[in-house]
Amino acid sequence: MTDTTSPRTPPRRIPWDYLAVAPFIIFAVMFLFLPTLSLVGGAFTDRQGNFTLDNIVGLFTDQILAAYWISIRISGASAIFGALIGLAITLAIIRGRLPAGLRSAVMTFSGVASNFAGVPLAFAFIATLGRLGLVTIILRTVFGFDMYRSGFNLLSFWGLTLTYLYFQIPLMMLTIAPAVDGLKKEWNEAAQMLGASQWQFWRYVGLPILWPSFLGTLSLLFANAFGAIATAWALTGSNLNIVTVLLYNQIRGDALQNPGLGAALALGMIVITSLANVIYLIVASRAERWMK
Amino acid sequence: MKTSRLWPWLVFALGAAYFIVPLIATFEFSLRMRRGEYSFDAYASVFADPRFHASFGYSVAIGLVTIVVGVLVVVPAVYFVRLRMPWLRPFMEFVTLLPLIIPALILVYGYIRLYNSSSIIPFTGSALGTDILLTGAYVTLALPYMYRAVDNGMRTIDIGTLTEAAQIMGANQVQIIGQIILPNILVAILSGAFLTFAIVIGEFTIASLLNRPAFGPYLVNIGTNRAYEPAALAIISFIITWGAMGMINVLGRFAPRTSARTD
Amino acid sequence: MAFIQVNDLTKSFGNNTVVKGVSFAFDKGEFISLLGPSGCGKTTILRMIAGFERPTSGSITVDGQDITGLKPNRRQLGMVFQAYALFPNLNVGENIGFGLKIAGMPAEQRRARIEEMLKLIGLAGYEKRYPYELSGGQQQRVALARAIAPRPRMLLLDEPLSALDAKIRVSLREEIRAIQLDLGITTVFVTHDQEEALSISDRIVVMNAGNIEQLGAPHEIYNKPATRFVASFVGQLNNIEATVLEAATKTVSIDGQIATVPTLPTDAATGSAVTLTLRPEVLSTFPRDGNDITLTGTIADVTFLGSVIRLRVALGQNIVSLDTFNDQRTAPPARGEPVTISLASKDLLVL
Repeated sequence: MTDTTSPRTPPRRIPWDYLAVAPFIIFAVMFLFLPTLSLVGGAFTDRQGNFTLDNIVGLFTDQILAAYWISIRISGASAIFGALIGLAITLAIIRGRLPAGLRSAVMTFSGVASNFAGVPLAFAFIATLGRLGLVTIILRTVFGFDMYRSGFNLLSFWGLTLTYLYFQIPLMMLTIAPAVDGLKKEWNEAAQMLGASQWQFWRYVGLPILWPSFLGTLSLLFANAFGAIATAWALTGSNLNIVTVLLYNQIRGDALQNPGLGAALALGMIVITSLANVIYLIVASRAERWMK
Repeated sequence: MKTSRLWPWLVFALGAAYFIVPLIATFEFSLRMRRGEYSFDAYASVFADPRFHASFGYSVAIGLVTIVVGVLVVVPAVYFVRLRMPWLRPFMEFVTLLPLIIPALILVYGYIRLYNSSSIIPFTGSALGTDILLTGAYVTLALPYMYRAVDNGMRTIDIGTLTEAAQIMGANQVQIIGQIILPNILVAILSGAFLTFAIVIGEFTIASLLNRPAFGPYLVNIGTNRAYEPAALAIISFIITWGAMGMINVLGRFAPRTSARTD
Repeated sequence: MAFIQVNDLTKSFGNNTVVKGVSFAFDKGEFISLLGPSGCGKTTILRMIAGFERPTSGSITVDGQDITGLKPNRRQLGMVFQAYALFPNLNVGENIGFGLKIAGMPAEQRRARIEEMLKLIGLAGYEKRYPYELSGGQQQRVALARAIAPRPRMLLLDEPLSALDAKIRVSLREEIRAIQLDLGITTVFVTHDQEEALSISDRIVVMNAGNIEQLGAPHEIYNKPATRFVASFVGQLNNIEATVLEAATKTVSIDGQIATVPTLPTDAATGSAVTLTLRPEVLSTFPRDGNDITLTGTIADVTFLGSVIRLRVALGQNIVSLDTFNDQRTAPPARGEPVTISLASKDLLVL
């Protein structure tokens, strides 16, 4: 304040904002972008480092295509069933006038169950539906029904789907609950005053409003199941021919005897999960015209 | 106007059965180790196993480091992006969604290719380096959850106004973050932390491919070699997950309610 | 035979009885307001007419049909909600046409009716807009059009104006009244705003604590309030504490100034205290024909409201408020100035 005439360069200010964001960006580059790009690059290079499409072509063998197809079916089935069942339970709890305390208990449990994935989940289902599982034994000894004789196998498409639902359903419930909460009571009342039945309300108003959130969660559930390996690995070891198990074996011991082919396998997985998201974005943008 | 409550109850009951039966079955199975009677032998066997202690301790340590690093990476970034660089928000949203779309298996594959012992950053060249890589991978896995928790926390307290109020009263940047922002979003950070812990503690894919002696690979190892211990371990894991989620619930009661009421 | 008839309607939630045996009957085409403070039971009555609440006892008859046990979607009534409640996923046209579609009206006719409704509410050309693209006032007009499009037997309005800005509130209520008169549709309007009820209604039901306090035309309610509650809830009221000087001659003393009043409560003995009540507008700061009581006091407070100046005048311990028109040629009175006010004794309310 005393001497304002002498020319002085202003003190250099520390660019806090850039310094603070830098670690985040470095992290994203090091642990998300570069690894992904390296795989994309690897998918298009041969052992000598030249550009090639052989790796992509190499995916089109019976074994690899079958692995993709089983993975897509399991992920699709567990996502669709998980989303539908999850929505039904969420509607029952939030809109079904069940006791108020039930809701917070169920939502807390969903938080636990949606994270109770991986190896322990496999153990739990072996103890339940495995050959010596409690349900299997009770069905056989009490009801005289042998699930395994009837064609059921935990290490199969339906077995794995049933297991995946244990984390898919709660994940759906947690993500869709805010949208269900957003359905105003007045919309239902307004529809009734205009002569609509409950079914007509859900057909024309309730479900269309939930539709974008439903689709978004569906694609999330699909990606969630598609990338899962721990549960499948702990259930079946390397027996089940799904794409994650195939890739896991490739990473461990170069099971495909071609690193480029492994990268192509990974690229294929990225393309499929991205595709699920792109489909969601396209459908949702049409369904969301009414949103802000 | 009373419509029937039968349907909601039926849906709820079926759902509850699906979720509770496996827990009961697993618990029952875990008690079957001794022939002819129920016992906690399987649990005793697990707790007596030194590898259990080693792997569990290792995973807890990695989990704690992951939480610290995650907080240090996420909190300042969210704060400054909200405050000064809103144009970066879509980028952050995109980045934090990626770990939900790109499977962990693929990321770890990328790490192994990129950071092997002959690369510029040879993370996998040493045990310590691999631990660092594992921590980085876990921070990445936890990014969506940590980001969302912190971002929600900052939205509820309206950091813009709080920061301006603190500046008017003469606080500097460090004081603002340390004394105003952090205490107010502590609950949000801790929620993110417990969620991170629940995800990291039993993680299998990355730990096993990086060959680290973590809890997840130990579980699989036991699963292939023992009959009753896996069920006991599943129950223990469930209790740990429940504990972490329960903590988030308890913390939620202490969370600051939104100060800017619009109603 | 009345068009809408409510007989001895009671509603209890557990031990809490919010509507206590209410009865009223109105003719076709009337605009009826249910007026009262929050919690007085007015909304519950409306929701029982709509069918969202089941009466604990009593009955509701519309156009000769007992609708007490009917489901809401079979009652053929229209309703407008406080928070608009437009379906966010449907555009304006689809919202208005919703009831018509449910009723199975062919698309051709439906389009014509939607067109007609949009014209009626002054939103022609807004058919393809979504609710989020409209202002609150526009949304509420669409909600009104949606409610009347299926030609309901009766229109129910649940505080439809309270979420809107003051200016739009006034213009929209005039619009609602105009449309109602135009269509001749019997309307039940729930509000806690006495000015709204007075300005728009044919008849008003003033409610308090689950009971009807008074039922009548707006001017009856205002000029001849039946109870102290009605007098104080509808319009502003001044209370003046006075002492009876001589009961036989009806002479009282107000802050030492003597006045004669037309009536006194029967139990008012000489020397006892009475409360005189009067509307602000019967007081004036200048002599008026028929003003037979003159009082002097000091100005306690002046609030400048534009065209009107609200004065608060201290008469000893009593403070009365009165409005005078703003006179642009003279300065408003100042605080502490002495003032003489006059009134006509017949305008005093004795409650």
